[in-house]
Amino acid sequence: MSRALANLFREGRFGSQPLTHAPNSTSGTGSADSQRDATAQTIARILAGETHLFHELIRPVERPVFLMLYMLLRDETDAEDAAQETLIKVFRNLHHFRGDAKFSTWVLSITRNEGLGWLRKRASRPEEPLEPVLNPALDEGGGDFTPALLTDWRELPSESLERQELRACLSRAIVNLPPIYREVVQLRDLDDLDVQETADILGITPGSVKVRLHRARMTLQKELVPQLQAFAPTGKRSWFGRRV
Amino acid sequence: MNIDCKHVWRHISAYIDGDVDARLRAEIDRHLEHCEICSAVMDSTRNVVVLIADERVFEIPAGYSERLHRRLDAVLAEEGASG
Repeated sequence: MSRALANLFREGRFGSQPLTHAPNSTSGTGSADSQRDATAQTIARILAGETHLFHELIRPVERPVFLMLYMLLRDETDAEDAAQETLIKVFRNLHHFRGDAKFSTWVLSITRNEGLGWLRKRASRPEEPLEPVLNPALDEGGGDFTPALLTDWRELPSESLERQELRACLSRAIVNLPPIYREVVQLRDLDDLDVQETADILGITPGSVKVRLHRARMTLQKELVPQLQAFAPTGKRSWFGRRV
Repeated sequence: MNIDCKHVWRHISAYIDGDVDARLRAEIDRHLEHCEICSAVMDSTRNVVVLIADERVFEIPAGYSERLHRRLDAVLAEEGASG
């Protein structure tokens, strides 16, 4: 179970309570501080010659690094190759890490730059047009968004994810989001980073993170709700104008 | 103050994250009590957010970690020796 999901259960996210940690929090707990101190000590030891400790240092970020590159490149092989290159760069640049940000935030910033570099290389090959990675126009426009309308929702429990078709349905919907929405969903909802960390990695304001996340989630709701009907445990949902 | 459905839709993501002030939350809660559409939209959005957070949705390729650490081992050995 992901940390994000564990938080959801712990915080009762299936009820009417907020789903995530406080959106502007900076994880400034004692536990976070001690984690940061431990990371700083590990980095100091690596820089002093205990390079084998680098393996343990990067284990917690292996998955977020791969996911970010997969979200950008949409190709597993490229994402894995780019992840290796990224983490080698992290090793070679470890002496530049100052501890102003969390280590994971710093690594994901490097990861994103690496991924964008791969996309630029692809764009130089005419047979592989660059998808519009950064499209600020998507931050503009009207705030109104009509979701998929329905009058009842029968919750799909976590156990539903045992079904490969459901997992494929969800991952496809995320991967098909416009890139600037996809990356904010990854950082906020998949990696469980807070708003400020997400803003730091993407180089945007916290307000833009919230706007993009809102649009991304509403796009997913609109796209997925009609499809998720097929995965309901029993019975049918009543759709707007179609009571059961 | 009574808010309409569109007003609720504009704040769904923030509501889910607990990022609305107490007054707006109370207004949305009042609306949800009598609006089955917004209530279902809120529940479905929350359900989608919960489901996509599950690590099973995106599976990392088998052997990814092993290959990564093998490659790092080679780099660490080479650069540790030269450094």
